[in-house]
Amino acid sequence: MVTTLVVSRLSPGRVGAVINRNVGALRSGPSYWVVLLSGFFEPLLYLLSIGVGVGALIGELTVDGRTMSYASFVAPAMLAVSAMSGALAETTFNFFFKLKYMKTFEAVLATPVRPVEVAVGELVWAIVRGSLYTAIFLVVMVAMGLTEAGWAVAAFPATVLVGLAFGGLGMAVSTLMRGWQDFDLLSTGQFALFLFSGTFSPVRDYPVGVEVLIQVTPLYHAVELVRGLCMGVPGWGLLGHALYLAVLAAVGVWFASRRLERTLCA
Amino acid sequence: MADQPLIVARGLVKRFGDFTAVDGIDLEVAPGEAFGFLGPNGAGKSSTMRMIGCVSVPTAGELRILGMDAVRDGPRIRARLGVCPQLDNLDPDLTVRENLVTYARYFGLSRAESRRRADELLEFVQLSDRANGKVEPLSGGMKRRLTIARAMVNEPDLVLLDEPTTGLDPQARHLLWERLFRLKQRGATLVLTTHYMDEAEQLCDRLVVMDGGRIVAEGSPRSLIETYSTAEVVELRFPDGLEGVAGHAAALAGVGKRVDPLPDRVLVYVDDGDAALAEVQRRGLEPSSVLVRRSTLEDVFLHLTGRTLVD
Repeated sequence: MVTTLVVSRLSPGRVGAVINRNVGALRSGPSYWVVLLSGFFEPLLYLLSIGVGVGALIGELTVDGRTMSYASFVAPAMLAVSAMSGALAETTFNFFFKLKYMKTFEAVLATPVRPVEVAVGELVWAIVRGSLYTAIFLVVMVAMGLTEAGWAVAAFPATVLVGLAFGGLGMAVSTLMRGWQDFDLLSTGQFALFLFSGTFSPVRDYPVGVEVLIQVTPLYHAVELVRGLCMGVPGWGLLGHALYLAVLAAVGVWFASRRLERTLCA
Repeated sequence: MADQPLIVARGLVKRFGDFTAVDGIDLEVAPGEAFGFLGPNGAGKSSTMRMIGCVSVPTAGELRILGMDAVRDGPRIRARLGVCPQLDNLDPDLTVRENLVTYARYFGLSRAESRRRADELLEFVQLSDRANGKVEPLSGGMKRRLTIARAMVNEPDLVLLDEPTTGLDPQARHLLWERLFRLKQRGATLVLTTHYMDEAEQLCDRLVVMDGGRIVAEGSPRSLIETYSTAEVVELRFPDGLEGVAGHAAALAGVGKRVDPLPDRVLVYVDDGDAALAEVQRRGLEPSSVLVRRSTLEDVFLHLTGRTLVD
């Protein structure tokens, strides 16, 4: 209700101008391209080293009665991870830097642009970045025979939703950050999610307590949603995961724009 | 309509927790005016500016800008403002030109129009040759000029400048003053804060002196000097240095309208400096150095806001 109210007052032109600033950064020189490019490789390297390399030792895997190669189990998880890290990189490091050190948003808020439009614009940009990663990653997966082209097309919008959720979360967290020391905590948290969210082994192999804990965290839902689609086994359960991610995105943006208003418009 | 004030504040208050930054001020700024806020650090100038810029919500009081309500119509008001903040917040990720183009887009201008204005403004602030370079290597004065160009990208009716020349060298200050004067000639209304008296005298038609969140004086630079100071000031130093100041001040009582003993010299506020000097000699005082000068805004400022350090 509150969200619809806020969204209905958004000016597409002003949100577009916030996105445009990041396009301007790309136009202004090579430094941002380097940042953008480097974010793509991490999940791909994990797929090759662990999915394919370690996968050769493990061989086949049976989850929920379906047998698959280890690489095709890991690949959708790495796809979800690349959606996550694309969105998080933009909404944590870059967002925090603009907020705290470059005072970019302070300058923006002196114009007709409102805090919620800054938040939405930055989120859209984070998704553009994340989706660039996942689109390429999906092409790689199809080329390696780890999913089918049709299911890859179905999985792509799911990765956009994953980006939205982590983008919203990242932005909300950034508004609470005190300084760079907090980023160490964030990376540790992000790494824990990366390792335990059903990425490299099925969550059912953990003790029940741990399994429940994992099921509360966001990357688990992202991996389950994306894996279900990549493997071509859609089910009603996927809707639950999608709902979790949508709620996370909405709450994240709402919280972030409130915090922006509190800190910058005091 | 034309003579309707651009800014009207009534009983404007800004509090941060227990701290009262702005303590109930009233003011009006007319179209085409150059209006200044003068005051020591912590006087409430920047808080007032942020409220006028519609980024900070007043705690109490009424604030109307360009005929609109500052709280309700924030985006519509900001669309017609140009803001030059105290600290440059140019975008280091963008080139000089891209800084202006990007900023113009926030006001809803088309890409083509944004580019046209960016080039025109770079010309105006003499930065065309740096257009494709990054912001970081620019000197302080260049960055300030770019920030002012950025504030003008929407052709604002009202330009807010928070300490526009703090930290700049004299050449850069004079160039900036000249550009601001030209801006004013084009019909823009300027509102600025400063703690440089020469800047206030150069730029402002009218100003208020703020201290402790309140307005303590208001008027044109000349009328403030006439009201709160005398036409001339005699500065006397004595050979016995620091110890004798109090005694000399007592001996000077009645020579001028006011005697201000400082640690190293005595200031005597008088209407006629030469007559006062004659009186000093008649009383048999023998200062080691004498300076007769006209009263400045600085005398007014120090008289009103005191000589103790604020922070």
